[in-house]
Amino acid sequence: MNAPLPNAAARSAIDRGRRQAEVVAALGRVLPAHALLWRREETVPYECDGLTAYREQPLVVALPETEPQVAAVLAVCHRLEVPVVARGAGTGLSGGALPDPLGVTLSLAKFNRIVAIDPKARTATVQSGVRNLAISEAAAPHRLFYAPDPSSQIACTIGGNVAENSGGVHCLKYGLTLHNVLKVRGFTAAGEPVTFGGDALDAPGLDLLAAVVGSEGMLAVIFEVTVKLLPMPETARCIMASFDDVRRAGDAVAAIIAAGIIPAGLEMMDKPMTAAVESFVHAGYDLDAAAILLCESDGTAAAVEHEIRRMADVLRACGATRIEASENEAQRLRFWSGRKNAFPASGRISPDYMCMDSTIPRKRLADMLIAIAAMETKHRLRCVNVFHAGDGNLHPLILFDANDAEELHRAEAFGAEILELSVAMGGTVTGEHGVGVEKLSSMCVQFSPAERAQMEAVKRAFDPAGRLNPGKVIPTLVRCAEYGRMHVKRGLLAFPELPRY
Amino acid sequence: MDAAVAAIVERVRAAHAAGEPLRIRGGGSKDFYGETPVGSVLDTTTLVGSADHEPTELVVTAPAGMALVDLEALLAAQRQCLAFEPPRFASGTTVGGMVAAGLSGPSRAAAGSLRDHVLGLTMVSGTGELLHFGGRVIKNVAGYDVSRLVAGSLGILGVVVEVSLKVLPLAEAETTLRFDCKPREALALLHAWGARPLPLDASAWWNGNLIVRLRGSAAAVAEGAAALGGEAIAPAAAAPFWQSLRDHSDPFFVAAQDAIDHQDATLWRLSLPQTAPLLGLAGDELIEWHGAQRWLATALPAAQVRDAAAAVGGHATAFRSRDKSAGAFAPLAPPLRAIHERLKRSFDPKGILNPGRLYPDL
Repeated sequence: MNAPLPNAAARSAIDRGRRQAEVVAALGRVLPAHALLWRREETVPYECDGLTAYREQPLVVALPETEPQVAAVLAVCHRLEVPVVARGAGTGLSGGALPDPLGVTLSLAKFNRIVAIDPKARTATVQSGVRNLAISEAAAPHRLFYAPDPSSQIACTIGGNVAENSGGVHCLKYGLTLHNVLKVRGFTAAGEPVTFGGDALDAPGLDLLAAVVGSEGMLAVIFEVTVKLLPMPETARCIMASFDDVRRAGDAVAAIIAAGIIPAGLEMMDKPMTAAVESFVHAGYDLDAAAILLCESDGTAAAVEHEIRRMADVLRACGATRIEASENEAQRLRFWSGRKNAFPASGRISPDYMCMDSTIPRKRLADMLIAIAAMETKHRLRCVNVFHAGDGNLHPLILFDANDAEELHRAEAFGAEILELSVAMGGTVTGEHGVGVEKLSSMCVQFSPAERAQMEAVKRAFDPAGRLNPGKVIPTLVRCAEYGRMHVKRGLLAFPELPRY
Repeated sequence: MDAAVAAIVERVRAAHAAGEPLRIRGGGSKDFYGETPVGSVLDTTTLVGSADHEPTELVVTAPAGMALVDLEALLAAQRQCLAFEPPRFASGTTVGGMVAAGLSGPSRAAAGSLRDHVLGLTMVSGTGELLHFGGRVIKNVAGYDVSRLVAGSLGILGVVVEVSLKVLPLAEAETTLRFDCKPREALALLHAWGARPLPLDASAWWNGNLIVRLRGSAAAVAEGAAALGGEAIAPAAAAPFWQSLRDHSDPFFVAAQDAIDHQDATLWRLSLPQTAPLLGLAGDELIEWHGAQRWLATALPAAQVRDAAAAVGGHATAFRSRDKSAGAFAPLAPPLRAIHERLKRSFDPKGILNPGRLYPDL
């Protein structure tokens, strides 16, 4: 009687094709042909970022080459009501640059120019596609450097660093990206130029720069960044200390801080992680240690000598079984080689690994390691642990095989349990990798519905139509309801439930 | 504390329902700051209780009504401090007022600002929702950094009821040095020193004197002092000097207040790039933050001061004045103004919290 209706998938494929043609045509008027990708084989490299478990095909990829082209792409997308996902090097670990299937992925990778290094003001102004390490390289002739050093620094871009508020191994002493950025110049969702912060140490009005840093591409598109540079320390030395008990190692971290020392780096690896990196880099790590601490000091030679001695005293008093201080730069780099290769080393011992990124109070480090050991049994999966111990930032790497759906499921449950325990300990679900799509559900645990609603309202204040990177960072009410876990009260001064009026 | 928080929530909800403007007030030490406060007083000094200080976590969580001097005494007992040296214009200055004003003291250029040290806070929004953002850990990128957006917002987004701050150990050593020089020479010296790995902390130039403070490990401070030269100031004289600079009680600020009272002068806070040249504006000037913060007491027209600051990439705040008709703060560029308006509405849809305190009509 009636012709059969085309099924929903076929219908949406037709709609998508029509939408794609419309967006390609409109962007074709503001971009050269080679700066526009939409055929499947061309857009494959943009389907995911560093979190490869999540993939999505973008509608179109735009690769503008001039600043006016960036503004024009945004204006077109604004007019056509197309979502925009800004992308740097695609090294992010939380799916923050995961494409929107009906959106434009806006690659800023071509903007890799160092605009200015001002040695007197000690600032660098760079385009958003400049690699993190390239800033320090450009500043090096002036004996200056850019402090935040995420482990992906040879590849990740400053635009991505600002979007994620990236950390690194030197945050405790030198701060996060937020603390090292003066000014961000970019565009609103509508393509209007906007500047957050400035060349002075503060700007009038609300501190919008603080909101933009770490906003995961949801508030504005970053085009150019002015960062602070610091004088290079004269020298740096590192202590490698072994402990036969994780609790003693955790206590040693707290004891160093309690002694009034702020090390340039303070890292911790557990025994399985140490074994994995040692077989990878052969740096001479102590394979018998239950945990290893790396403690770095930088500054003038005399100050470093003094601080190394003080740190060694504290470590010894905390029961370190072996203490070695680097005597030269080669040895220092060797101490670090294992820590810096923790992720690839884990890749060698397991088909896949899931990297967690929660932060907890430092005093709970040992409790967390012991709890993770119990979770390994419960979920029947191995986990190797590397921590930015000085910051309380954990990177447990859960080892699993993604080809086994059931194992993937167990790995996800394992990860969720670590995050929930972190929140319960008074911590946070992500210390430096960002929420992206990966930790959306965990946001339901950390924030109340009213808090999430306020974040959504902040998003709308910057991007009223919700066009920039939609669906990231803030979970919907429905998602949280489906996730089914309650918002966990933080370990702050507790307020009992307030009466309702 | 819980009853006091509940009372604030109730008060804000009632004001929201009635559309009644509230003027949030702690110790009242910064009543002069920003635009003229309006509305019924919402007293935050009721928000008292003990602070939760964990020295090994480098964090303290304190109720908004706590006196700043009490908080600092608590930290000092554990040999820790608020590294950004917030000003205490009066003994009643509260923790909540400190966060709302967002001001930082002499060490700011080296140690970072108040906002840099905020880790999280609990606040009551303009609809009376109790909200918590950030946390008690140093690295935290879960969601937008709302707590740092609230820092320095002069109460227009919410009533801060509790804040967690990063604290740092007191420096092992410090020394203060004095140099005779003109302001141009002072800036040149500061910029040259800044490019070297010296423990340069605070600086102040006024009236032919450049005073510099080094802070850090004993070895680094000793080496730095030897490298800089100058005349060493005895600790007994140096400590009160830095304290009076921080709290605006030293002779420059006393003279500025006199000029405000008797000569229709304004005390301007010029926030400029550190390397900005001298602006050559008539008036008495004190330079801090290695050139990035310059205090100017002058009767020059507001527009002239604002234009001069903007011309070198900075901005000017009418910090203390009897006439703020030109606005306490430099005007915002249109896209930023629009974002400010939408943010304000999102936190406080009826505009009842400190209306107009940051900008008129905001």
